[in-house]
Amino acid sequence: MEQHQAYQKDLESIRKLMERSVKFISLSGLSGILAGIYALIGAAIVYYLVHYPISPFAYRIYSIQNPEVLMQLTGVAAVVLASSLLTGFWLSARKAKRAGVKIWDATSKRLFINLSVPLITGGIFILILLSNDHFGIVAPVCLIFYGLALINASANLYEEVRYLGYSEIVLGLIAASLPGYGLLFWAMGFGLLHIIYGAVMYKRYDS
Amino acid sequence: MKNPFDNLDKVLEHSSRLQIVSVLMANESGDFNSIKELLSLTDGSLATHIKALEREKYITVLKTFVDRKPNTRYKATERGRTAFKKHLEAMEEVIKQQKK
Repeated sequence: MEQHQAYQKDLESIRKLMERSVKFISLSGLSGILAGIYALIGAAIVYYLVHYPISPFAYRIYSIQNPEVLMQLTGVAAVVLASSLLTGFWLSARKAKRAGVKIWDATSKRLFINLSVPLITGGIFILILLSNDHFGIVAPVCLIFYGLALINASANLYEEVRYLGYSEIVLGLIAASLPGYGLLFWAMGFGLLHIIYGAVMYKRYDS
Repeated sequence: MKNPFDNLDKVLEHSSRLQIVSVLMANESGDFNSIKELLSLTDGSLATHIKALEREKYITVLKTFVDRKPNTRYKATERGRTAFKKHLEAMEEVIKQQKK
């Protein structure tokens, strides 16, 4: 009797079950890659709206005062955010359906709450900054609160997300000390880092 | 030499019960429907296993109300956690001995 093989299988299935019961495994690495691409496109549009023809790597000493440009920037940011969220939901729903699991369960509810608290706090904080004309500090604040949200939610996600969170915070703090480079750091944090971590996660868990 | 089979937990030897406890080990608590869906069990069999685990005092039942609807949650007890760990160790011991 190969009892030990049966036990080995049991142990393996228990380990998987414990992971599945805490982690929201339907999140696809592809969502990260696509969100990164949207962010880079958004950053490029903003660059042409605001900086062009100054090099994106040049230090910028003037700040945006024109309310019309500000509205356009807010519009671009909103479109990037909305399309990233929609892509994330769509790809997660697809992956969940394929795996035959529900997308809205106790784990994803907890994940949603854990993400929402720092993100909504950060969002309100950014609106306060904008209304007080502190434009230079907005990009670093985005990165830092996003990083905190990821770390806060990482218990229910794959561990790469926690490292992405740490990277965003570090980038945010560097950006805060170099206020003229906000857009560049924003593009790195939301564009490049998403693509890199998304690709790693896609390779590890999706294929 | 001591037989590692003796250390196996009689209650947890049933795989569904072991799975229920493992979910409650990984999470602070779990409700009936989430566990049912996670393990693809029927109402009847989950209820039976939960009763068996409750009788053994491996899990406790927390009855609360959400929006005035009863919400029953289950939690692994300290006794259940110890039993789970011991049972897994015993399983590993069996694997080790039989592999030789």
